[in-house]
Amino acid sequence: MNPLHGYLLLAALLFSIGLAGAVTRRNAILVLVGIELMLNAANLNFIAFWRYGPSPEALSGIMFVIFSIGVAAAEAAVGLALIIAIYRHYRTVNVDQVNSMKG
Amino acid sequence: MDAGFVVFAGLTVISASAAMSLRNLVHCALCLTVTFAGLAALYLKLNAQFVGLAQILVYIGAVAILIVFAILLTRSDEQTLRATILSPAWWVGVLVGVAVFCALAAAICSSALAKRPAVPPTPVTVENIGDKLMTTYILPLEVIGLLLTAAMIGAVIIAMQERRSR
Repeated sequence: MNPLHGYLLLAALLFSIGLAGAVTRRNAILVLVGIELMLNAANLNFIAFWRYGPSPEALSGIMFVIFSIGVAAAEAAVGLALIIAIYRHYRTVNVDQVNSMKG
Repeated sequence: MDAGFVVFAGLTVISASAAMSLRNLVHCALCLTVTFAGLAALYLKLNAQFVGLAQILVYIGAVAILIVFAILLTRSDEQTLRATILSPAWWVGVLVGVAVFCALAAAICSSALAKRPAVPPTPVTVENIGDKLMTTYILPLEVIGLLLTAAMIGAVIIAMQERRSR
């Protein structure tokens, strides 16, 4: 078995765990955690393809992951601020109970 | 497939599934931190030292702390959580995850891309990365700076809105 195979399968497994968690958990914070896991799985794919790809000296995988980490940090900050605003309004973070747009 | 990869991959997968299945939210956040650390170790193993250290700084240092703050500032009701695990909706969600993994694994195992022979690692220095960031990737760098500033201002405004309107 090729090392690239191992990394790709690990990333697929992490993505599936994040997806299952984001779909099943009802707490908005844990939905966000699931999304973070999926983003990290994608980052692992980028790094694995860069390391075992045809032209590693171009550094394209590393650059993509650096920008991806920056976007993920912005997403986490805004997402958690939204969750706190929703909690102030509804007094709950259960995504099943946050079901009206008017409030 | 060496021992280090197996150890870090197992640690990452086990802590990720624990982060998605434990009932206590603080335990979930701690398991998530272990997942991020395992991923950082895998990046270091893949010869991407800068990304591994950035992962530790950004994810363990900032995102995990933000999540702990959000958990402490909100209150979850354990009663409803207990009812959702092992319910039909929970099984459907897990089934979707398993189906997605099977599809991805089948695609990976049948792909010719992964059958390439292993190449020796190319040395990457921070100097190379900085050089690329300041020449080829200067526009994305400026855009990400703008995005982070906008996200910071937006997060503060969203979280403060309720207090301002009163």
